[in-house]
Amino acid sequence: MDGTIQAAEMMNSGAEAILRALKAQGVDTIFGYPGGAVLPIYDAIFQQNEIRHILVRHEQAAVHAAEGYARSTGKVGCVLVTSGPGATNAVTGLVDALMDSVPLVCLTGQVPTHLIGNDAFQEADTTGITRPATKHNYLVKRADDLVRVIHEAFHVARTGRPGPVVVDLPKDILIGPAPYREPAHVQHRSYRPRTEPDPRRIEEAVALLKRARRPVVYAGGGIINAGPEASRLLAEFVRMTGFPCTNTLMALGAFPASDGQFLGMLGMHGTYEANWAMHDCDVMLNIGARFDDRVTGRLNAFSPGSKKIHVDIDPSNVNKSVAVDVAVIGDALAVLKALIAAWKQDGTVQDRGALAQWWQQIDVWRSKNSLRYTQSRDTGAIIKPQYAIEQLYKATRGRDTYVTTEVGQHQMWAAQYFKFEKPNHWMTSGGLGTMGYGLPAAMGVQVAHPDALVIDIAGEASILMNIQEMGTLAQYRLPVKIFILNNRYMGMVRQWQELLHGSRYSQSYSEALPDFVKLAESFHAVGLRAEKVDDLDRVIAEMLAVDKPVIADICVDEKENVFPMIPSGAPHNEMLLGPEHKGHDKPGVTDAGMALV
Amino acid sequence: MRSATISVLVENESGVLARVIGLFSGRGYNIDSLTVAPVERDGSKSRITIVTQGTEMVIEQIKAQLDRLVPVYKVLDLTEGPHLSRELALIKVLGTGEKRAEALRLADAFRARVIDATTESFTFELTGATDKLDAFLDLMRPVGLAEVSRTGVAAIARGVGTIE
Repeated sequence: MDGTIQAAEMMNSGAEAILRALKAQGVDTIFGYPGGAVLPIYDAIFQQNEIRHILVRHEQAAVHAAEGYARSTGKVGCVLVTSGPGATNAVTGLVDALMDSVPLVCLTGQVPTHLIGNDAFQEADTTGITRPATKHNYLVKRADDLVRVIHEAFHVARTGRPGPVVVDLPKDILIGPAPYREPAHVQHRSYRPRTEPDPRRIEEAVALLKRARRPVVYAGGGIINAGPEASRLLAEFVRMTGFPCTNTLMALGAFPASDGQFLGMLGMHGTYEANWAMHDCDVMLNIGARFDDRVTGRLNAFSPGSKKIHVDIDPSNVNKSVAVDVAVIGDALAVLKALIAAWKQDGTVQDRGALAQWWQQIDVWRSKNSLRYTQSRDTGAIIKPQYAIEQLYKATRGRDTYVTTEVGQHQMWAAQYFKFEKPNHWMTSGGLGTMGYGLPAAMGVQVAHPDALVIDIAGEASILMNIQEMGTLAQYRLPVKIFILNNRYMGMVRQWQELLHGSRYSQSYSEALPDFVKLAESFHAVGLRAEKVDDLDRVIAEMLAVDKPVIADICVDEKENVFPMIPSGAPHNEMLLGPEHKGHDKPGVTDAGMALV
Repeated sequence: MRSATISVLVENESGVLARVIGLFSGRGYNIDSLTVAPVERDGSKSRITIVTQGTEMVIEQIKAQLDRLVPVYKVLDLTEGPHLSRELALIKVLGTGEKRAEALRLADAFRARVIDATTESFTFELTGATDKLDAFLDLMRPVGLAEVSRTGVAAIARGVGTIE
């Protein structure tokens, strides 16, 4: 990145130099919103045709759109916003990308260097505000540094554990001339993420895995970030070992949901078999997941009898909450390659008998059918949200379908009932849990995949948090399908209030909702509504048939809860099952559990 | 719980100290002492020395979190081996008569240097490990300790090994 002597070419303006650097970095789309401090960049955008700019309606949406673009393509998403409120509006999106390890470069305008610190109009301390919201950030104070910093920002965003990078650009730097250099393939002075695993750790891991009697593979978003080849190798490894595999919320699609060795999602709303397998296993192989609190439940009761192998590209994830026996630092793809090779080389014979017994036990757990629910088929019956997702899944099977979600009950039902076979087709806000993520993320996915079917599975409360983006869908003719599970409540808040706060539904009822059909029409989209179970399939079919953005308002059972559920502070083996199951009860939550989120 | 003295070699760029401090406050780690100064002749690298406390797992976390900051070259936990820690303090003591003479005697015993004096005050300079400075200040309190300025800990490993 530095230290190389290269012929620099003088560009007329910093803004032009930036666009040239973006093109060199492979950027074809920018999501952004103009303002005073970034006008020179918008002027440069106007005078070229290679980079497409998508004008959003709010800067938060620009970042989520870039996330959707990045997560569905594996490329770095690019955002452009102005100084002050432009930058502060982007912060939620940046933290979302940080928590979910999404590679982004966000260019923010800044007041000219001589005014920094003067409380100038639309000035904010953007690098100060975004320091804990990004993987790294830069303030460019000299034109000489400009292009190097842009190239470096992309390098930092995409390598190691990916994440968002902010480059703050004072207006005088954008206007004045700046030298342009091609990106240099030189190691960064201090930033050198480790991707290749230590072979000794691989040997230790394989030694444990070969002798495992009750193994489980727990795969996380790191597999997706390592590229589609990592997902292919995960499937190869799981099949050659005969191990059961569970995925985190972030990893859905990393292992095919239709595979017999798939246990479904694990964690707070994971399947009975996935959580019991985690609890009772004797060897756990975590690849690219971080023992998130939604996954572990009560830490001191998490998988008490197992040896744990943790594969992660970020050493700070190791031994953060769960102490592990073997830590393998490296990229999931490189580690899977090494694991497969070492598995083949290790002469130890697996105890296939023990493994068969383990599968018998898993089949007992599976037979609980923990995702069971009952949908009445009577004419005029109310729609169960789970059924709506299942019917949506059936109607879209076989198509190249990308799903985004907002945050809440609908998100969990989507994760439980929509089946993903391939990576990069499921985009949800996992770490930060950002309501309002799904619509702009779907927008970004549709921009990257114009011919694909892109569905935002939403709730009526979440969708209103970035509803202004309906305008963006209309402007760019993005035929995103918004599938609202409308239960007239902030459903997950209502569920917790029912289970933990004596059914006191404080502020969780969605009062004064808009008419979503008319709302869609006012934004030049198509509005549909299903009120009864008889309407559902017709509405889904109509929604899929239209080549325009659609809001499908699916009125569902207001009182339905998400099950299974591991209450806060409870271990995996104290999972609550739904009303369909014997022994369904309210949770016994400890005081310590009540304090958890 | 244990105390750890951690040396961090960083790129000497604006905001790097804020990143380190923000990491400690944002993740709820303690800072007992923190010093920073450029250490390369061209001023391109700085060395930050942090004294912190935590369980073994927390200290491992602190080191890993520091190491993933982009401008960090090297993180070294000096408490893992033999090392030297020094602090410097400037100490102002006010008084007259016997107390003044006693302050001077104690300073002599601790090898503190007088770097400024008036008829009613001494200013001492004292270098040493943190506990030596603490002990000296405890003794100075009854004889007129008025003001203290301490640098915080600088530390380095014993022997031929270096941070790079």
